[in-house]
Parts: sequence; C-alpha cells; structure tokens
Amino acid sequence: MSGTAYTTVIGLEVHVQLDTRSKLFCRCSSQFGAPPNTQTCPVCSGQPGALPVMNLRAYELAMRAAIGLNCEIPQFTKWDRKNYFYPDLPKGFQTSQFDLPMSQDGYLDISDPEGAFEERRIGIIRAHLEEDAGKSLHDEEAGKADSRIDLNRCGTPLLEIVSQPDMRSAAEARVYLTELKLLLTYLEVSDCNMQEGSLRVDANVNLHIDREEDLIATPIVEVKNMNSFRAVQRALEYEVERQYELWQQTGRKLGDVGVTKETRGWDDEAQLTRAQRGKEESSDYRYFPEPDLLPVTATGEMVQSVRAGLGELPAALRTRLAREYQLSPYDADVLVNQGRSLVDYFVAVADRCGDGKSASNWLQQDVLRHLKETGTTIEAFAVPGEQLADLISAVHSGALTTSRGREVLTHLISNGGTVAQAMQQLGIEEVDQSELEELCRELLIANPKIVADIQSGKTKAAGALVGQAKGKNPNVNPHDVQRICLKLAAEM
Amino acid sequence: MGLSREDVIKVAQLARLELSEAEIAALTSQLGDVLTYIEQLSKLDTEGVEPMAHAVEMVNVLAEDVIEESFDREQILSNAPSRDDTCYRVPPVLGE
Repeated sequence: MSGTAYTTVIGLEVHVQLDTRSKLFCRCSSQFGAPPNTQTCPVCSGQPGALPVMNLRAYELAMRAAIGLNCEIPQFTKWDRKNYFYPDLPKGFQTSQFDLPMSQDGYLDISDPEGAFEERRIGIIRAHLEEDAGKSLHDEEAGKADSRIDLNRCGTPLLEIVSQPDMRSAAEARVYLTELKLLLTYLEVSDCNMQEGSLRVDANVNLHIDREEDLIATPIVEVKNMNSFRAVQRALEYEVERQYELWQQTGRKLGDVGVTKETRGWDDEAQLTRAQRGKEESSDYRYFPEPDLLPVTATGEMVQSVRAGLGELPAALRTRLAREYQLSPYDADVLVNQGRSLVDYFVAVADRCGDGKSASNWLQQDVLRHLKETGTTIEAFAVPGEQLADLISAVHSGALTTSRGREVLTHLISNGGTVAQAMQQLGIEEVDQSELEELCRELLIANPKIVADIQSGKTKAAGALVGQAKGKNPNVNPHDVQRICLKLAAEM
Repeated sequence: MGLSREDVIKVAQLARLELSEAEIAALTSQLGDVLTYIEQLSKLDTEGVEPMAHAVEMVNVLAEDVIEESFDREQILSNAPSRDDTCYRVPPVLGE
C-alpha cells in the first residue's frame, strides 16, 4: 500500500574550516595544498608530551560565526577529548567540545525565493570549535596494500554547526546549506570551499509516519560522503524513499530492539546510499575534559563588540535593498547571494544614477553574464561603478539607446575610460533635434504609403521608418524617430 | 560498585586491547576495586557545590595566529614504524 502520510525530518551537521593562518593548537600553517607532511610538528602529529595552545584568531572567528547564527555565548567554555582510533588521528582522540560548547541555541532563517516553502526558522543546537583530522591517501603504487597518511590537515580549526532536526524536505536542507554558506562568507570566517574540504556536510534523516493513533519513526540514518549541495539534496531524496520502502517491507522502527543509528555513505556515481560501519554510541567516545588546554571565558563586552563588528548580514541586506532601492524580493535575493562585493558595487551604481531597478537590471543582465562568461569576479571587473552609473544615466536621458549602451559597456570593459570618452570613440553623438526632424521628413516624403497608413490610424507602420533612419544615422534614438514621424505624418 | 566481565571486554575493545581469559578475570577484579575506591566520593554531600569543569583554575591562555616553521618532514617521519618518502604508512583503512 502507498499514500500513507509521513513527515521527513532532517538535521544537518556542518563542519567549516576557519580561515586562520595557523592551526588550532600549534603554529604550523593551515594552508591547503602543501606537499604531504610538510606542515606538521610534535603537537599536530601527536607526539607524546607535546602541549597545545589555543589559537586566538580561531576562537574569535568561531565566536563571530556563532553570533552571526544568533547563538548564545556562554561565559565559560572548555574542551574535551573525544576518543576513537583512526589512522588519520595520531593522538587517538580528537580535541573537541562536549558538555560546555562555546555557543548554543541559535537559529538561521531560510526562505525559498521561488516560493516552494514558507520562511522557516531552523534551530541551531550548538556550534563548537574543534580540530580537523589528517587525510588518508590512495596508494597508487602497485602491490602495496597500505594506506598512506598525510597529517598536514591535522589540527586545522573547524567549527561544527549542529542544526535541530527542523528541516522537512531535501530542498529545505539545500536552501539551509546555501544560506549558511552565504552567511559564513559574509562573516569572512571561512572560504567554504567544498572541493578543498573547507565545508563538509553530514545529514541525519528519518521519517515520522502517521498511522491512525501512533506516530511511527523510522530508524535514524546519518548520511556522509556528500561532496556538493546538490549531492546532499539527492542523497536525502534517495534516503527518504529508501526508508519508506524499507518500513513498508519490514515495519522496523525507532525503539525496536536492535535498532541503532546507521551510517550510510552517498555514492554519487550510482546515486544511492550504502551502509557503512556501525557508528559507535556517543558514550563510547568516552569524552573527558582535555587537561592540556585551559578553559576560555567570554565577557558580555566581548560578545557585544563582536556583534557590533559583524557588518550587515544577508537577511537584513535583502530587506534593505528591496526597501531602499525599490527592488523585488527576487532581485534583492539575486544580488545579495552574489556576495558582499557585488552588493557594494550595486549600491555605488544605484546611488550615483539614482535608479536601483535599472542598476539591478544592468548588473544582472550584463555585468553578471560577463563575469560568468569570463570566469572573473566583481572585484576584477574593469568598469568602475561610477562609469556604469553614468552609462545608465545616459540611457535614461536618451543620449544612448539600451543597445548602444551595451556597446559602450563592452567598450569600457575592453578599453577603460569614461562613458563620454567611449561614446566619442564609438562615434556616438546626440543627434540635433532639427537634424532629426529633417531626416524624418525626408523618409516620410520617400514613403507615401507609410504616411497614408499612419494617417488612417495604423501607427505601427511608422516602425518601418525606424530601421531606415538608423541606416542613415546610427545615432538616432528609435523612440524619437517614431514620435517625430507620427507627429509629422499627422501634419502632412 | 562492581564491574562486570562484559564491561571489561567492551572497554578493552574500545581501547583496541586484546585480552586473554586470565587477563579479563584479573582486570575485572582490579578495575572493580578501583571503581569501588573512587565511589567513596559519592558519600560526600555536594549540595550547593558548583561542578568543576577543569582541574586548573587558570583561563584564557591563547596564542596569536602567527605561522611558525613546521618540523622537517624527514625528522617528523623518522619516528614512524612504517613510512615512505612523504607519508606515514598504515595497514589499509577499511570501509569508506
């Protein structure tokens, strides 16, 4: 049977690498991409007796992110050892946070610009500061079955952000991730580069099935190994279907004897999840306080000062752009999602030309397309905001048509300079009004049929003259030609 | 508070220790004694005493985020039981 109602329940654990120069507990570089094992020392390679010292910048960035996520910052926080064995973890434990994390009880609001779901508030259980592990490399040498270990990444600062199980669909999970990444990018705490592993996502998912009186929950599955937001969405969609079918077949549910949390890995090629090793119960990590690190206290003034320095964050910025520049929510969303530099550029253009809507259109239709085609960013864009603003003003005043405006923009991109210089070099000049009237009169005299049509009320016939006028003088404004021809024809 | 044989086997497994039957028996009684000894603490009245989160009372020792030179790779790898030119070698990692 099918059609039973169920609710999808998703919680996400996101790890982001904090953008420090050195590692969390030692001063080895945390730069990505160095040759294997060239950025290690006794602390991060887990040599006996080596002592860690907390990185101040890592703590500050973590606090910045946590406050951006509306978390409370407890006065007192400490670190704990999470014990497990894995070859990329040389100490035999990860220094993490257990019962007194540095932040808790926050939230992130998400909404879908395409309107698939209402605005939702996703709770953040906690965000805590911990160290990353090393990397296992594939052995390409034939005949050797060993794994090779690179400890460069060992000890890189990570912020683990744990959401409440508040998401109700794979699409919501994806929007949450997109918004979280945007927020962290605005806060400048991480580059959030998934390819380099700066942002990693694990998802917990199960179903709550409605059955007359009972609410049945399927066993919780943790999904790992998802390398893009798209993969997260696909994996969750797959997992929802798999769990529902499995429940129909077996009836197995949360709370049954022998049901534990299962870990499954996403296989992007096969587009399915596969069972992985059984996850150790949380108590099996035998957390205990890290005796080698001292606790950290946060004062109210510190929190206030970090909060004051966050800058304008995406949600507030969308609202402000829409209000102050009369943009639609969709347009404001597109601009804000491009990042703070693009928004700064937009504001510069819109303020100078006085027309936010046009500034937004030019940015979205012309500038963003150019950036996409050339694979560059707004920081490297050759046309300063004031020149684009002047270009928009020139289009407004009628000195330029939109299509000639595009030619000017292309010229500015290649040659720099001002709008006036570009117009001069392209031979664009404003056509004198009497000159234009003369041109229109000549065209009308040469086309009596069109004149007759116009006079009989078919004003559309004037359109044919616009092309001819442009042929004779490329600088004429089509709207002016149309207007003058109609006026003159009526007088003839 | 005693300790069961199963407790010892589980803890040994978590610590990746292989124990003989005789060792399991000896450790069950020895670890049980340790726990019984520590359990005396529960006789104390801790009403109104704030839980201690750390054995040291000092807080806020943090270092500036400044890169210092890492160890020479040759030197750091020289302690490894198995290695090659650039990496540690370990028995194959299963799963994942």
